[in-house]
Amino acid sequence: MSSLEPSFKPITCQQKNISAEHAKYLRMLKREKIVIRSTQLLTLVLVFALWEILARTAIIDPFITSQPSRIVKTIEVLYNEGVLFKHIGVTCLETIVGFLLGTFSGVLIAIVLWWSKFLCQVSEPYLVVLNSLPKIALGPIFIVWIGAGPVAIIVMTLAISLIVTILEVLNGFLAIDHEKIKLVQIFGGNKYQVLTKVLLPASFPNIINALKVNVGLSWVGVIVGEFLVSKAGLGYLIVYGGQVFKLDLVMTSVVVLGVAAAIMYQGVVWFERFILSKNGLGQ
Amino acid sequence: MNTVVNLNNVSMTYQSPNGEINALENVSFSVNDGEFICIVGPSGCGKSTLLSIISGLLAPTSGQVFLHGERLSEPSKKAGYMLQKDHLFEWRTILKNVLLGVEIQRAITPQIREKAISFLETYGLYEFRNKYPEQLSGGMRQRAALIRTLMTDPQILLLDEAFSALDYQTRLAVSEDIYTIIKKEKKTAILVTHDIAEAISMADRVLVLSHRPGTVKKICNISLTCSNRTPLISREAPEFRCFFQEIWKELDVHV
Repeated sequence: MSSLEPSFKPITCQQKNISAEHAKYLRMLKREKIVIRSTQLLTLVLVFALWEILARTAIIDPFITSQPSRIVKTIEVLYNEGVLFKHIGVTCLETIVGFLLGTFSGVLIAIVLWWSKFLCQVSEPYLVVLNSLPKIALGPIFIVWIGAGPVAIIVMTLAISLIVTILEVLNGFLAIDHEKIKLVQIFGGNKYQVLTKVLLPASFPNIINALKVNVGLSWVGVIVGEFLVSKAGLGYLIVYGGQVFKLDLVMTSVVVLGVAAAIMYQGVVWFERFILSKNGLGQ
Repeated sequence: MNTVVNLNNVSMTYQSPNGEINALENVSFSVNDGEFICIVGPSGCGKSTLLSIISGLLAPTSGQVFLHGERLSEPSKKAGYMLQKDHLFEWRTILKNVLLGVEIQRAITPQIREKAISFLETYGLYEFRNKYPEQLSGGMRQRAALIRTLMTDPQILLLDEAFSALDYQTRLAVSEDIYTIIKKEKKTAILVTHDIAEAISMADRVLVLSHRPGTVKKICNISLTCSNRTPLISREAPEFRCFFQEIWKELDVHV
């Protein structure tokens, strides 16, 4: 915002001694933001408070619904047993590995398919089928082939996120203004230069979008994978808790999962801002 | 006079599943050093195809193209192309945009950088060298696009509807601007346009193409009685109107 054209400078100067009207407008904007934030916070507090009260007054059965204080206690117990971070760590690691693998190989395959029109046309029906296939159906196959363990879970994650990434990034490539590519060719640029000078930088917003979608999909993949095979992780705790009817454990795991997923999503947002500001495009 | 471009019986046929499209048929003309040629013609008559052929991006189905007497076979570094939109890359600063062509040709040297800086200085973009395209006005962007083209030191400039994306007033100002720069740098130029007035105001010769398949229907020598000719001054010349009528009739427009 600081970099305006010189011709606009008089306006910027005027903005420094803000008029009363403008100051009022800015105050209103600020107030609006505060109201939204506090309402968001209040909603969260209210839901948890209501949950706690209803459970304590036995209007709902905490054995089935659990309750916030029990969740806190469960976290404490898990922590004291020394397994809390083990479960979180296992799940996060699987998610991050699956996420990175899915993203990198997805972008790579998209580049290959863009490079070779022949491969792209040949693979099209397969991509369509694989995209519509519920990948969870492949779970048992992976377990038989790879064995019950973290690798099978990561492969499950990959199966869920890979095809979407390929399609998203490839469509981004194909949507780029053909004249931009022509421009590089006019200067005598080869295909590799078209890729590095135009395609990749121009698809940056698309790739970031794919990353955001992938974060969510990776969590789905990991949790499904853990449901099927694991001996550790948040997905394992959820399934185990459900089987032995320990709803405290299930609810706790879901809450922790929610927090971890939100942090990872925020990580991608930060990454996006970092890259943009490095290129001076941040606003 | 030195001939820069020479087209000899150039024809172009596009293949498509629904059949063949004859875009150009036996087009022959030549452009002299320092000349400004405008090509006008009804839409779809192969004007842009012609430019792509001269730049070497497209190979003609038959006929030959010579650039400075050399037969053209691949995209030539001697030709500089300007498209309808400036296509400045929004993720590059103006300086880096201007250097795109030489960067692709792997010809960046400190001298080239200095040349870019001095171009930007001469044409009033120096303060904007580290800005991004979105921070510039349409006219400045088009000027930056021209500098990007000039950086590779082309012997002929090909302008494909280079001003059509601008609104009318900007368009007048930008064509004035670009014309002055081209003349100052003593470049030969071919401009494709559908705007008859624009063509007359800038060209030494106007080439009228026929309906598809495009053939050269007429070549008008534009000689105007005015001194220090620029596009805006040309528009005031007494002969302007006559040339307009002449070309309008040749275009044979029906709706």
